[in-house]
Amino acid sequence: MRFGAAILLLLVAAALLSVVWTPFPPNALDIPHRLLPADAAHPFGRDQYGRDVASLLLAGARETLLTSVVAVSVGLAVGVPAGVAAALGGVGDAVLMRAADLVFAFPALLVAVMLTAATGPGVGVAIVAIGVFTASVFARVARNAAAGVWGREYVLAARVCGRGTVAIAVRHVLPNIAGILVVQAALQLGLAIVADAGLSYVGLGAQPPTPSWGRMLNDAQTYVWRAPWLAIVPGAAIAVTVFGLTLLGDGLRDRLDPRLR
Amino acid sequence: MQKGFALAATLLAAAVVVFLALEVLPGDPAAVSLGTGARPDTLAALRAQMGLDQPLPWRFGSWIGRLVTGDFGHSITYGTPVAQLIAQRIAVTAPLAVAASVLATVVGLPLGVLAAARRGRLADRAVRVGSQVGLAVPNFWLGLLLVLLFAVHLGWLPAGGFGGWSDPLAAARALLLPAVALALPQAAVLARVARGATLETLQADYVRTARARGLSRSAALWRHAVPNALGPMLTIWGLQLAFLLAGAVIVENVFALPGLGRLLFQSVTSRDLVVVEDLVLLLVAVVVVVNAVIDALQLALDPRLRPA
Repeated sequence: MRFGAAILLLLVAAALLSVVWTPFPPNALDIPHRLLPADAAHPFGRDQYGRDVASLLLAGARETLLTSVVAVSVGLAVGVPAGVAAALGGVGDAVLMRAADLVFAFPALLVAVMLTAATGPGVGVAIVAIGVFTASVFARVARNAAAGVWGREYVLAARVCGRGTVAIAVRHVLPNIAGILVVQAALQLGLAIVADAGLSYVGLGAQPPTPSWGRMLNDAQTYVWRAPWLAIVPGAAIAVTVFGLTLLGDGLRDRLDPRLR
Repeated sequence: MQKGFALAATLLAAAVVVFLALEVLPGDPAAVSLGTGARPDTLAALRAQMGLDQPLPWRFGSWIGRLVTGDFGHSITYGTPVAQLIAQRIAVTAPLAVAASVLATVVGLPLGVLAAARRGRLADRAVRVGSQVGLAVPNFWLGLLLVLLFAVHLGWLPAGGFGGWSDPLAAARALLLPAVALALPQAAVLARVARGATLETLQADYVRTARARGLSRSAALWRHAVPNALGPMLTIWGLQLAFLLAGAVIVENVFALPGLGRLLFQSVTSRDLVVVEDLVLLLVAVVVVVNAVIDALQLALDPRLRPA
């Protein structure tokens, strides 16, 4: 779990650092030195335009982090209130859960495909596509967690004291399901990073010249015979990041759920 | 009967979502197909021919009506019926998805059960870490790594392309690496779920009773704990199908396979909306129908789930 937290911090640090400094400008072309392997100044070599892979990797961290954090935040902001409200039962519950079921049949990729067909590709498409799916996950998780809380004595007591439903949801229900939501957010952030990389890999996410890990992999594919490191480095960055987030999520879950110890 | 109705309603809702996303958002397929220099009267004629001048509900109705009768419409860019395009491409995607899903199941489920049975020991820790790694490795990157190792480095298998099923051995060789790339993340998910579900059932009273009756640990595991854990595993398996199909669409790109995925991306790029609509709905419908079948299967297998 510490390892996972460290990876997340490292990613944030890399993304922040890339705003003010990268070893070389990430989009500085140097065609005569294209596809050169690693040396002291370029620890991960150079790509097909002679760009420094290490700099692209740092700048790509920004795109990855921004897209996935915004997408997961959208998912939280939409899914949690909906799920908490649905836990009260009634028609809203049935409608919401049917809707969440339906969204489950539309993976982020298909949503991104539809949005791209309609409006053209871009980071916004990736954020909405991942956000819609994440919202359905959070709605489900929040509903199941909140269902047990709404019937508790302290909620009843708050009601007797004359508090409104929204106030109870904010003061009593949310704090009691926050732990579960944090665990889920860590896992969803990992999934969002994989999804974002996949979308930019197939050209539906971040567009050139924005550096992105997924697109670096797409570029690398053409040169896999001549410059294999181009295919290894960005993928390893994705895998290590997501591995860290999974460890973080699993670790938090084990800590919160004593049954699993 | 009621289940069938719910299934039809879900499919219809999915169709509405797809239709609205593609038809209401801006963009004119007729204008795209004619290019920028089109004369207004030609454009109007093509719009009329494609039915784009009709009101939305009417267009939705006629789309669904045609789909139900097996008419998937015409592709603007290919100039052929969409049904024919799908039939050609599905011969790549369906075997790929089935192979990956079988592979993921035969690897993931037993490993998950093993981890649960040896909870806290070396095998459990190995499976847990292995599945965390499996979740973290994107399938398209795994595909690239497999190409690097088995095609570039060792030269054992082709790096991509597909020559059709007339040579079944070559076709199987072409699909082997993509199927492995697609299966690994699925196997990781299934192993996690199988471990969790088996751990739950291992703590159940009937397992304790079976042990008290003198059944050995492994007999109690295989005869009581595992069969009861199959329900949750089956449910997640069904939910994962959507990711598997989406993954297949991406992995086809890595290996230059002429499947539904390539068709989908080509149609998006050329704004061939008829093909995009039909394909997205087809993929969603497969997921919805398979999950409905799994639900029905669960009810048939587990009487506890039936309403009293």
